Amino acid sequence: MHDLIATTALGEAGPRADRFEGLSIAENPDFALVSVAARLDRQEGLSAAMKKAFGLALPDVGLSRAKGALSAFWTGPDQWMIEAPHDSHEDLAAQLGAALGENASVVEQNDGWVRFDIEGPRASDMFERLCPLDTRRMQPDAVSRTSIEHLGCFVLRRDAGEAFSVLGPRSSAGSLHHALCTAARSAL
Amino acid sequence: MLILTCPCCGVTGEETEFHAGGQAHLQRSGPGASDEAFEAYLFARENPRGVHFERWRHANGCGKWFHAARCTLTLEVFGTYSAQTTQPPQEVLDAIAKRRPGWTEGGK
Repeated sequence: MHDLIATTALGEAGPRADRFEGLSIAENPDFALVSVAARLDRQEGLSAAMKKAFGLALPDVGLSRAKGALSAFWTGPDQWMIEAPHDSHEDLAAQLGAALGENASVVEQNDGWVRFDIEGPRASDMFERLCPLDTRRMQPDAVSRTSIEHLGCFVLRRDAGEAFSVLGPRSSAGSLHHALCTAARSAL
Repeated sequence: MLILTCPCCGVTGEETEFHAGGQAHLQRSGPGASDEAFEAYLFARENPRGVHFERWRHANGCGKWFHAARCTLTLEVFGTYSAQTTQPPQEVLDAIAKRRPGWTEGGK
């Protein structure tokens, strides 16, 4: 039996947290992620199945919606990502696949992405140096795809306060973390 | 600031989220065309002061190409529409006529 030690996307034993004045950048490894894309002419079937199985109404363009432990965010036409806490929902893809059946193509995205939670009143001072998004004007449930340091990322606004999540490619976690911290240092 | 709405995915974003692709509705002149037509296809571009039709790509989003009608002076956008067309749709022309009475295609 192998005796493997789990590491985070940044290759450390535990999640990394960086604090700046008025801003914190914390790696959050506790998420399960699944992409759901409606098959041809099955958009309504998908919405209905999702509502029936999880009580979750899929959000419209550029928005996210949470229901219980699950939250969904829009990623493209008829395409969503479903997020949930990892330890309780490690088999999220299997659950969704069983519930949605032929209505959607379901792909597990666990470990393909790295997530940084960014909180603090000066978060937008950092974002304005990183990406073209106007994070100050984002609604509390807004989600947008953007590029940060040439990496295709999702930026999610978590609530009415200054809480954001950045989802980026896990294989570039180090570069993304460096970009975030460098921008934060230069801004604050 | 130029604000565009991608007709493919519906996202509204500002200019840097998109990539400009030059004048829209160019007609390809290929083998058999006259030299003048081919030269015009390759080099002749409109540079109007006012209403202009352009190609844009939603680079930091769905990645799709689309067309936009906008004013080069005020950055007002009259409409965005699918790239799978050789002419602006009527509702876009109507929107232009409403905001710019007297405007005709070709700028004459």
